[in-house]
Amino acid sequence: MLSRVAENLYWMARYIERAENTARLINVNAFLLFDLPAGIAPGWQPIVAISGMDEAFSKRYTEYSERNCVKFLLGDSENPSSVIASLAAARENCRTVREILPRLIWEALTELYLFAKENAASGLTKKGRHAYLKGVIEGSQKISGILNSTLMRDEAYHFIRIGRHLERADMTSRILDVRTVNLLPEETPELRPFETIQWMSVLKTLTGYNAYRRKKQTRVQRKVVLSFLLQDSTFPRSVTFSLEALQHSLLTLKNNDLLLASVSRLLKKLATTDVGDLKQQELHSFIDELQLSFIRINQLLAETYFFRAKGRQGALA
Amino acid sequence: MQIDLKHYPTKPFYDEMLSGTNRARSYAKRLVQHLRRMDNDELASRQTAAELAIKEMGITFTVYTQNDGAIDRTWPFDILPRILPKSEWDIVGKGLKQRVQALNLFINDLYHDQKIIKDGVLPAEVLESSKNFRPQCVGVTPPFGVWAHICGSDLVRDRDGTLYVLEDNLRVPSGVSYMLENRLVTKRIFPELFDDYAPLPVDDYPNYLFDMLSDLSPRKVDQPEVVVLTPGIYNSAYFEHSYLAQQMGCELVEGRDLFVNKKDEVYMRTVYGPQRVDVIYRRIDDEFLDPEVFKKDSMLGVPGLIRAWKAGKVSLANAPGAGVADDKVIYAFVPDIIRYYLSEEPIVPNVPTYRCMYKQERDYVLAHLDELVVKPANESGGYGMLMGPMSTRAERQKFERLIRRNPRNYIAQPTLGISTVPTVIGEGVSPRHVDLRPFVLSGKHTHVTMGGLTRVALKKDSLVVNSSQGGGSKDTWIVDV
Repeated sequence: MLSRVAENLYWMARYIERAENTARLINVNAFLLFDLPAGIAPGWQPIVAISGMDEAFSKRYTEYSERNCVKFLLGDSENPSSVIASLAAARENCRTVREILPRLIWEALTELYLFAKENAASGLTKKGRHAYLKGVIEGSQKISGILNSTLMRDEAYHFIRIGRHLERADMTSRILDVRTVNLLPEETPELRPFETIQWMSVLKTLTGYNAYRRKKQTRVQRKVVLSFLLQDSTFPRSVTFSLEALQHSLLTLKNNDLLLASVSRLLKKLATTDVGDLKQQELHSFIDELQLSFIRINQLLAETYFFRAKGRQGALA
Repeated sequence: MQIDLKHYPTKPFYDEMLSGTNRARSYAKRLVQHLRRMDNDELASRQTAAELAIKEMGITFTVYTQNDGAIDRTWPFDILPRILPKSEWDIVGKGLKQRVQALNLFINDLYHDQKIIKDGVLPAEVLESSKNFRPQCVGVTPPFGVWAHICGSDLVRDRDGTLYVLEDNLRVPSGVSYMLENRLVTKRIFPELFDDYAPLPVDDYPNYLFDMLSDLSPRKVDQPEVVVLTPGIYNSAYFEHSYLAQQMGCELVEGRDLFVNKKDEVYMRTVYGPQRVDVIYRRIDDEFLDPEVFKKDSMLGVPGLIRAWKAGKVSLANAPGAGVADDKVIYAFVPDIIRYYLSEEPIVPNVPTYRCMYKQERDYVLAHLDELVVKPANESGGYGMLMGPMSTRAERQKFERLIRRNPRNYIAQPTLGISTVPTVIGEGVSPRHVDLRPFVLSGKHTHVTMGGLTRVALKKDSLVVNSSQGGGSKDTWIVDV
């Protein structure tokens, strides 16, 4: 398989996943804010922070108002990680590899991109937002479904799977990071009643609330949620699950030694760390390390498989 | 309502299905009988079904627009096939092989001893002012001495029924994928016609193409690596590039996927590292192939590619510089070229052509501008032409100045009465003008497609068959009756 094709498939998958996760974040944050008293509600700044786009945001806006933030996250031209920008990038990556993929993928992705673009205005209204975000999430799920049920299990499939799961692990860890460090100030007695709500919203962002309930059979609390989202190997949006899926796909490729070593180290670290007991600052450092490892894995993939011409642009990344 | 063939206009042009007295031509008899039994509604519903099938099959060509980027348009197709008898095609096929063989000898001569100029058959100034002559290619001898591996020559039929070669496309001729897909669509839409007829198959083209390309491999290995090089998704023929790559089971590469190493070998970047490439079916124009040699700012090409080609480490099809014989002034010399290299008379005639570089012919052209078609030497796609009978006085004056300023750059031909074929238009059928582009493969062996791509001008009275300007296409049948 051509390096360019592999790289395009990988980034296509990452961008679709990114668009879906951003839509999930906006959706759940909006609901969370309804439940928190005005004085302590963290508002929308943390969501912008999760996408790592604080700087780009402040260039454009002075106030982290709901409208500014949602607009920025949905379709601002300054934000390359916005839902619409992600879908546009996914589509550009898909365009040159159309012949490798089932026809339905291109069509579904085009449909999703056009839906997101044409309905952006309604996504900005309080009334239309939920339906809009649901549409984006479902569109992404539909593409995953087509891929899973029609794609040959060859290299193309595995590069897509690697992209999707690396992005997902990255996003889950970002969500945890921001939610635990930035969302609420240090735990204080008057905030205790809202702590549960906060963790529930984290679970819901990742469609993990029911799964958590069934698996853990205990009330929603920090310690257990952290372990569930970082270490559970049966919940499809946990970091461990994502990394194991990535590992499984790597095993089908040649020249995978460095990558496998890197992923194994990471999985071991996740399994042997008592994540629930980490204090806030410790947790933040731990997630920082995870993020650095993801960046490293991305670099290793590029070095191992995506040989680029010198001085030339690679896939849209 | 029944399809009305009685009042179908078969004059003033030659119609390929019906004679001047509206009787079916012998080889088209069964198709005409079939049509007489159909009504207009049935015909219209078949046409709709065909359009749907084309959409489903994803047969597209790309039009690039500023606002929306690249748009894939579905390929306009007319369901009524254009039929030619095998007896005629056998002769045309022989003529095309003869023509391409002579052209390849000619190109090879131009890049070596230029005997044809020394012998006074081709004036030196024709070559000196040729835009597509590449001095960088002088002295190179590609495998089998073949430069134009894939040639698409455009044929038209005049009022008296004679088929002429209108032009030769020796650079990167396109359209063959539509020839193949048109047959598939017809099989879906008109299956019962195949009960009456057994048109000779065209589907074997990708095999012939692949074998021809493989034979060019400089490395003698069992499975040489053949790739298709495309300028990318924004090229109007991208569908064809990806289609042919898929049909041949080859990688579809862009310039950035390839590189040339210090030993002048070409490699492609794959996920498992560099992989040697032996043959490149390139669909990029000469000028963009290699920034080291041609356009410096080309992002489409591969630095060092010409170096690798000259070193004999990779084969390029078509060879760079093959376009020198594409020139419309050179076209006028093709009959002489055939006589010179093969000592044979041309089997398929050229359209009579006046060369403005010669005073006598130029004077004739200038005196008859209102009757002739004037063409610049190196434009394609119908640009920069004067259509005499439809021109204004101002246009003719403009062309007179152009011709006097640069006579070498112009040729003129009589306005042909190009043949028609019944075509589904609105309710019923109407005559529309067609041309025919067969494809000739040359390498170790020579192969001519069974028929080719028939392009049809869908607008009434129009002669423009280009798909970007209201042209469509038809399935082309060679039948043995």
